[in-house]
This record gives sequence, C-alpha cells and structure tokens, in this order.
Amino acid sequence: MSKVPSELKYTDTHEWVRLEDDGTLTVGITDHAQEALGDIVFVELPETGRKLADKEGCATIESVKAASDVYTPFAGEVIAVNQAMADAPESINADAYAAWLFKLRPAANADTAALLDAAAYQSAIAEE
Amino acid sequence: MLLSFALAAFFKAMLSSIDVREKFSRTGQNQKILHLLPSICIHQSRHMSHSSPASNPSLQTALHGAHLAAGARMVDFAGWHMPVNYGSQIDEHHAVRRDAGMFDVSHMLALDLEGFDSTVWLRALLANDVVRLARANVPGKALYSCMLREDGGVIDDLIVYRFDDSRYRIVVNAGTAAKDVAWMRKHIAGHGFNVSLTERRDLAMLAVQGPKAREKTWLALPGLKTGSEALLPFSGAQIGDIFIGRTGYTGEDGFELTLPAAQATALWNDLLNAGVRPCGLGARDTLRLEAGMNLYGQDMDETVSPLDSGLAWTVDFSDPDRAFSGRAALEAHPATHKLLGVVLEERGVLRAHMPVFTSGGTGETTSGSFSPTLEKSIAFARLPLHTHDGEKIEVEIRGKRLPARTVKLPFVRHGKALV
Repeated sequence: MSKVPSELKYTDTHEWVRLEDDGTLTVGITDHAQEALGDIVFVELPETGRKLADKEGCATIESVKAASDVYTPFAGEVIAVNQAMADAPESINADAYAAWLFKLRPAANADTAALLDAAAYQSAIAEE
Repeated sequence: MLLSFALAAFFKAMLSSIDVREKFSRTGQNQKILHLLPSICIHQSRHMSHSSPASNPSLQTALHGAHLAAGARMVDFAGWHMPVNYGSQIDEHHAVRRDAGMFDVSHMLALDLEGFDSTVWLRALLANDVVRLARANVPGKALYSCMLREDGGVIDDLIVYRFDDSRYRIVVNAGTAAKDVAWMRKHIAGHGFNVSLTERRDLAMLAVQGPKAREKTWLALPGLKTGSEALLPFSGAQIGDIFIGRTGYTGEDGFELTLPAAQATALWNDLLNAGVRPCGLGARDTLRLEAGMNLYGQDMDETVSPLDSGLAWTVDFSDPDRAFSGRAALEAHPATHKLLGVVLEERGVLRAHMPVFTSGGTGETTSGSFSPTLEKSIAFARLPLHTHDGEKIEVEIRGKRLPARTVKLPFVRHGKALV
C-alpha cells in the first residue's frame, strides 16, 4: 500500500503539500504517484522566481514509461527548487516525501483549507 | 500530476502510437481531459470479470494468477490484462541483459497452418520468402516477415516457423490478431488455396531471455535439454508438449516456449525456482528498443511502407515471379525515408512523435524511451533518405530543441552497448 503521511496535505492530481510555518508551501508527488509512474529518470523543474497561475503545470516528471506534469496547488512564486533531487531523479522512487520538487510562496488568496487531508486523499486513491 | 492520464497515454502510446506529449499539447494541460479518456485503469479490471466481453475488453492469459501472485502492476494491453512491471522495470531490464528474465507473451496468437498449398500460399501472403526456410535445411527454422496490404501498408509483422512444406506455425501480435486472421482467411478463400488455418488460443507462450536463459530453462526443465541444446538461433523444435524456439524480442539469447495453457503456471513456477526473474511489458519495450527491433503500431503500421520503416531487409524481391501482396506498390514507390537510431546528448526522455531536425530536412521519432543500458534516452526516427548515422541532429521536446545524434541500429546487442 502506498504511504500517505497524516501531517501532509494533498491534491487530487497526486501532489503532496507541506504548509510551512512561514506560510510557504513545499510540493512533491505522492508515493502512490511514484509507484504508478515506475522508475523515474528525469525531472524538469521550474525556474526559481517563476510566477505561477493557479493549478498551472510547472514541472515534468519522466519515468521510463511515461511523461507526466506536476501542477502547482495555488498561484504564487517559486522560491526554491530541489536541484539535488533533479540530479538523482530515482530519489523520488526511494522516498517521495523526502524528494520535494519546489517551494512556493502562495498568493494571498490561496485557500489552503481546500487541500485534501490524508484521509480524503487515501479514499481518493482507493477509488481509482 | 495527472496520473491516470499519464498511464492511459502510455498504454495508448504502446498500442496506437499516440504519444503522451502529443496529447498534452493537443489538448492543453487540463484536468478535464481525464473524463474524456478511455477508461484504461490499473485497478479496474478486478471488477471486470463479471461483465460481458463487449463491455469488458480485458482478456486474461493462463498466467494471470501467477502475475498477481508475483505482485505485478497490471494494465490493459491490446484488450489483454497484462503485467507492465512487477517492481522496478529498470531492474527487470538489467536481469535480461545480465542474467535471465521471463515474459508472458500468451496474448500473442499462434496459428497452425496445414495443407498442400501452405508454401505457395505463404509465398503470396508474406513480403519475406519462406522458400529461404526450406533452403536453410534446418527443421523448425523461423523467418521474420511483414504481411502487407496491396498498397504496401504493413498489416502486421510476424514470425513463421517451418516444419515441412505443408506445415508451418505463425505467431502474430495480440492487437492485430483478429484483422490478421480475417486477412489471411480472405486471402486463402480468394485464391482457392488448399490450406487450413487453426487459431491456437489453447496455448500459452513464455519468453525466457538473457545470457543465462537457456541454462536456467534447462534447470527448470531438464527433459528439454537434449532436444534443444543443438537448436540454432532463430529455429525451434517440438519436444513433447512444448514447442521451444531459440527466438526472442530482446537482443539476447534465449527461448520462447509454447505449451498447453494448463501447463503454463507449473512451468512459470519452475522457472521462478530456477532463478528466472518475471519481467513486464515495460522492460520488454526498452529491451526491444535497445535491440533495434520495431514495434507494430508504433514504428510501422498500415499507413507506411516497410521500406520507410527500416524493414527493407525483410522484403524479398529476389524471385521475379513471386507476386506477394504489396509487391507492386513497393516497386512503384521506392523508399522515401529511413529509420535510424537517435541518442539524446542531453538529459531528457525521447518519446514517439517528436519532431527531428537534420541538416537535410525534418523527420519524426517513432519510438523513444530511456535506455537502462546506456543510461541515456534513445529513439527510432523516420528521417530523410540521405541522412546517415553519426549526424548531429536536434529533437524537439516540449518546444525546446535538444542536441542528439543518429546511430546505426541496434543500440545494444548481447549485453554490450554498440553506440
């Protein structure tokens, strides 16, 4: 079974989101997503400083078998990207929750309460 | 990330050459697309066994239970519920390059051909000439061939084994099996040939591939050793219930074993105990790509000539009196393109249908993936006829042109990188 840590929030497009104390968000893809994609061999990250629209596709993950886009949960600005992860893309397969992709400073109107909690995401993937 | 979308597109890409990226760009990055997609889903088929064949396209091979027991991720492939990977598909790939792996290929269809006109009929049906098999004077010798429409388009690629002049076995792709059989039957009836064609859905097929494949097969089936030790590459023999061919789709040595479906699980378990690793369709695709072997529906189909698909070597024009289906069209329309290998020089992953730019014109990738052996992305591309290997080219990935180079196929053979 895929892991769904209770301290994180989730999107229905299989990103995990950590709400940091300073109001920024850390984003990655879920364990369920990495398992479905299989061996990940390439990750294209957004540039630091890029302004994103709500739900905009901003990163691409390529496994051996498929390419898939990653969506920002909210509009905002990319304030950091995980270059170490991009240099070793298989680290997402090893631990999807350690291998974050980017950090976002969300726009003021970001409704973080709309994100799924672990239980809701768990049932969303059980239905798939 | 649009997970179901990514996976669904992958299966489609394997079947009908619609690339993940192409669909992205055509439709935009919109979550709503999920609802428009065919309902190809990894878990769905669990609930499907109750429904009728019409609403349930997922057929199961005799090894279905064995795949689930081995922890397979199952996908719908050409209407069959098949394993795409069991764990890491890269590890499965390496197992075949370095040791031994096995694939359930029972979704493919074996056809037995019998009758006085068998040889004459095959010579009229196939672009390659089965007379080569008789000349080789090796019982059970196999031939790879395309079956062409009259206009030269490729209906399917297949393997034909010759037992004698009146008896052959043909193995065709799963996704094309129904139209292949219909074409063959029409061709037989149209010419009044005395041949009978029997679909052998009662059989299962297992490919055991890798440098240790033969040794481990004999460990699992000691009784097969005497009869199969002397088998030359690309030939096969019937030994008791098992037809054993020294053939495959990986660029490695090995066997393809065809046997009564009821015996398949026992053989699978014996091979597991002999240390043969289960491998899914994912590894099968990267192995055949490295080995420079075409995939029907992707590298060629009914809309392209075999001469533009790297398959000229399989079309035999040498007998001027052999009027095989498609011959006149191929002679009237010589090749306009060639199929070459492409190695990406930067990080990224090549997929099918990416635009390719050469100094002498443009082309398109037909298949692409990540090569676990080369640890780079590789592809096949249909390029202008005068393109040669070793040329610097560019491939467009998501709107960006990245440097690449053309190479001769294959990329890898018998575990060794050739590029």
